[in-house]
Amino acid sequence: MLKYISSAIAGGVFGFGIAISGMANPAKVLNFFDIFGTWDPSLVFVMGGAMITALIGYRLVFGVQKRPLFEASFSLPSAKQIDRRLILGSIVFGIGWGIAGFCPGGAIPTFGLGHSESYIFIASLVAGILVARRINPFFLAK
Amino acid sequence: MTEFTPYLSLIGGIFIGLGAVIFMAANGRIAGMTGILTGVLPPVSKDWVVRATFLAGAVVTPMIYVALGNDIPFSVPPSALMLVLGGFLVGLGVFFGGGCTSGHGVCGMARFSVRSLIATLSFMVTTFVTVFVIRHMLGL
Repeated sequence: MLKYISSAIAGGVFGFGIAISGMANPAKVLNFFDIFGTWDPSLVFVMGGAMITALIGYRLVFGVQKRPLFEASFSLPSAKQIDRRLILGSIVFGIGWGIAGFCPGGAIPTFGLGHSESYIFIASLVAGILVARRINPFFLAK
Repeated sequence: MTEFTPYLSLIGGIFIGLGAVIFMAANGRIAGMTGILTGVLPPVSKDWVVRATFLAGAVVTPMIYVALGNDIPFSVPPSALMLVLGGFLVGLGVFFGGGCTSGHGVCGMARFSVRSLIATLSFMVTTFVTVFVIRHMLGL
């Protein structure tokens, strides 16, 4: 039970940060990338603040804890390879992000705010993930 | 135009990072929205409840913030068609790329993962180019 409470708190803190940071606002996100137009550098502060906090926090966690509070062990990504899949996937993500102005972490926290744009984006995002999962075996088989 | 908000954005970023640290300390997991979301889509992963509660928390706090009388600026320049196309591409891309802004950009970079650094550079540069093409070449 405690692990569900802690994950809800973690999600809550994350979502609150997204909400106040401007990451949940596609106009602001797109303006960050529009250096030659209506540039708004705010997102440097969002990503910088998040990354540095996580960097210091992870150091403390891994330095002090042998295992997470409510799980038997840490589940860290083990993949190391830099391959076409990683780079092409990230490029396709970038094209989509530039078209829509939403990324997954920015969109989900807007789900309860009643904006039709959020629903359209999130439904399409889910469809994209499900299709990717479906065609994934063919990509592995080559 | 959107207003430059360095302080609020920095504080928001610190909260995003704090959420990621809590998730690691308590649940031992990366706070990457792609992985968390994928795990609750059928067929669900074994630990889907942890992911679902994370998502529930992320959805509820902005609602409480608004209910308390605060405003979360929200404006979407792209059309509905662009949201559908963009959303679908984001879904495909983050699945194959193994993460998004939160997983690669925040958590992966904070772990000094070379994979995440390459992914983050790839999508940041591509997003920049895409926005340039849409706004300054196509004039949309």
